[in-house]
Amino acid sequence: MAIRDETRMLLESMTRLFEDKSTKQVIDRAETGVFADELWQTVAETGVPLAALPESAGGADAEWSDLFAVLRVAGRYSVPLPLAETMLAGWVAANAGLELSDGPMTVGPVRGADRLSVTRDGNGWKLSGKAGRVPYASHVAKTVLIADGPDGEMAVALEGTGEAVVTAGKNIANEARDTLAFSGVRLSADAVGPLGKGVSRGALYRRGALARAVMISGALERAMDLAVTYAQERVQFGRPISKFQAVQQNLAVLAGQTAAAVAAANLGIEALGKGDAERETFLIAIAKTRVGEAATLACEIAHQVHGAIGFTKEYALQLSTRRLWSWREEFGADPEWAARVGSAACANGADGLWEMLTAVT
Amino acid sequence: MATPMFRFDPVDLPPEALAMRAEVREFIKEHQHLMGFSRGEFNRDFSRAMGKRGWIGMTWPKQYGGHERSAFERYVVIEEMLAAGAPLSAHYTGDRQSGPNILRFGTEEQKQFFCPKIAAGELTFCIGMSEPNSGSDLAGTRTRAVKVDGGYKINGSKLWTSNAHRADYAILFCKMAGDGKEEPDRHAGATQFLLDLKLPGIEIRPVLNLLGEHHFNEIFLTDVLVPDNRLLGKEGNGWNQVTSELAFERSAPDRFLVLFQMLREMVRMAGLDPDRATAAALGKLIAQLATLRSMSLSIAGMLHEGLQPNNESAVVKDLGTRYEQDIPVVARQLFPVEPELEAVETYVSMIARSTMNAPRFSIQGGTREILRGIIARGLGLR
Repeated sequence: MAIRDETRMLLESMTRLFEDKSTKQVIDRAETGVFADELWQTVAETGVPLAALPESAGGADAEWSDLFAVLRVAGRYSVPLPLAETMLAGWVAANAGLELSDGPMTVGPVRGADRLSVTRDGNGWKLSGKAGRVPYASHVAKTVLIADGPDGEMAVALEGTGEAVVTAGKNIANEARDTLAFSGVRLSADAVGPLGKGVSRGALYRRGALARAVMISGALERAMDLAVTYAQERVQFGRPISKFQAVQQNLAVLAGQTAAAVAAANLGIEALGKGDAERETFLIAIAKTRVGEAATLACEIAHQVHGAIGFTKEYALQLSTRRLWSWREEFGADPEWAARVGSAACANGADGLWEMLTAVT
Repeated sequence: MATPMFRFDPVDLPPEALAMRAEVREFIKEHQHLMGFSRGEFNRDFSRAMGKRGWIGMTWPKQYGGHERSAFERYVVIEEMLAAGAPLSAHYTGDRQSGPNILRFGTEEQKQFFCPKIAAGELTFCIGMSEPNSGSDLAGTRTRAVKVDGGYKINGSKLWTSNAHRADYAILFCKMAGDGKEEPDRHAGATQFLLDLKLPGIEIRPVLNLLGEHHFNEIFLTDVLVPDNRLLGKEGNGWNQVTSELAFERSAPDRFLVLFQMLREMVRMAGLDPDRATAAALGKLIAQLATLRSMSLSIAGMLHEGLQPNNESAVVKDLGTRYEQDIPVVARQLFPVEPELEAVETYVSMIARSTMNAPRFSIQGGTREILRGIIARGLGLR
């Protein structure tokens, strides 16, 4: 599968943009809790956040595979924006015929066990339940949620976070992860709509997991780049530490894990939108499992190669590793997804394992 | 970013490769009684049957007995055979590396003499690289060839030569005897020969492995006369040639599918509805396997485009051996048994066999340390 020219051009331009604009200064400031408005405006002007939507809904009918590839670049540059969340919110809201925002958006629930519900209330609705650790909720223009309705799952779109009781939180990369509680919050009729084809709480969770897997693969590329570059510059015992076999062997492992993470994330991307939910789930589960494993091993090596400097706030490695340690746990940690892979394989039966693997990949 | 990234672009198998899969599965079903676990069985009849189907030398030119199929069709045949535990030993080395190296460096006569026979499953090759004092350090070979009238006289020895006792030929790696002075270029004089193992002066002795099985051999060469027409490539070009041969050796999916049946047995032991921890441990292995497979397919794609993905092959082999060595470790944690090689229960003998075989995975075809050195060089560190 050759990479298409338009994909290549998109990735090149987004790489330039993030390299220029998502600087350590910008990220550091965002980590203090101030939303990176200027960066958001620049990204929004590219049209990327809503590009997957049909033109009728303000999008560009872009391929999801291209947008996930952009998320890898965003992960590489630690972009402190709810980019994946806005893409997913647009997908859920537009498919439900709900109004979108040009601003940053987020989605929920993002945790497997969280449940929201909507019930009829006159012409409108009432929303109850809790959605924990919703990314950037306190900063967004719109929150798009999936709730259980009287006849199945429904999409809900709130201005900001609506009338939620918000408990601020953050991950260890200081990205906002806010808990939203609703106890019978009243919503107008046009804030709630039936889910579109292929959209469900499960599908949202899957796509979120894939988004994190892809972002992790990008952050690993960055951590590896930093480690390899640093090893060639840092001189000890009269030579660059990259000349020591022990360091070389570690960097080779880091390179292998990074390559595996990118390949695994690509497996998940490839499965998207093919209309086969079971295959999509299996491959995304494989992706999040493998990428999470790689993140754990690679962070350890990237820090080991850097020595003490990598452990400082001033040096950039921590921008990537703190995100890796956060993202590997979000939308389901790798052991959770690994259990799904294992359960699916076992339910399919031992004698069907090879057929299963070769059919889906 | 300044650092080179190893690329594994995703590959979709073309329709002809998918069609091939169905054919191979049918063939495997017909030969089910010959399939086994991790023994590397040697079966010339099976190799001939595969040759008849056109499944050896698949990508080679038709004029040399090949079938001009794509790298993807070949990939599918090999992965199906490996996953089933097919007895490939009699032809696999020739198909994977000896044939391709002859096609790349051989004379017209050599291509016509050897390749059709390999492709027919009639001719078995083994690898004459390692020596008692030259393992990872291949350039340290002590086997020497001297030019004599009509050919070369070769003296020396080879060690760890799998299947030498039942192979027909070896591609022998050695050096031209110098004038006794220290040669500054360690690769100077390296030369390869197509060595008929029935020549006078060759003695082959078994070296039993720790399972008590006879795969390895030591080969002693005493004044062995090899005719001129069995020099492979050029005198002194051996290092370049052997590097190419190793690249063929390392790019194959056999580096992570040897224990597939063990993984399948573990899934069987887990039952249809395992607890979460068991499912997660198996799922982690399956995710590793699926990722390795996609990377390996990507390498097939690069080979298809005529690239030489040496770094990528080293990455896949390194990750693949780690995965295969994890299998018996995870197995003993999930389903502990006392291992017994000849046990009646499939799983018990498999855990014995895989535990005992595990060390070789990260030694054969380039040790873990050598592979990581290659990767480090690819990163620009050496």
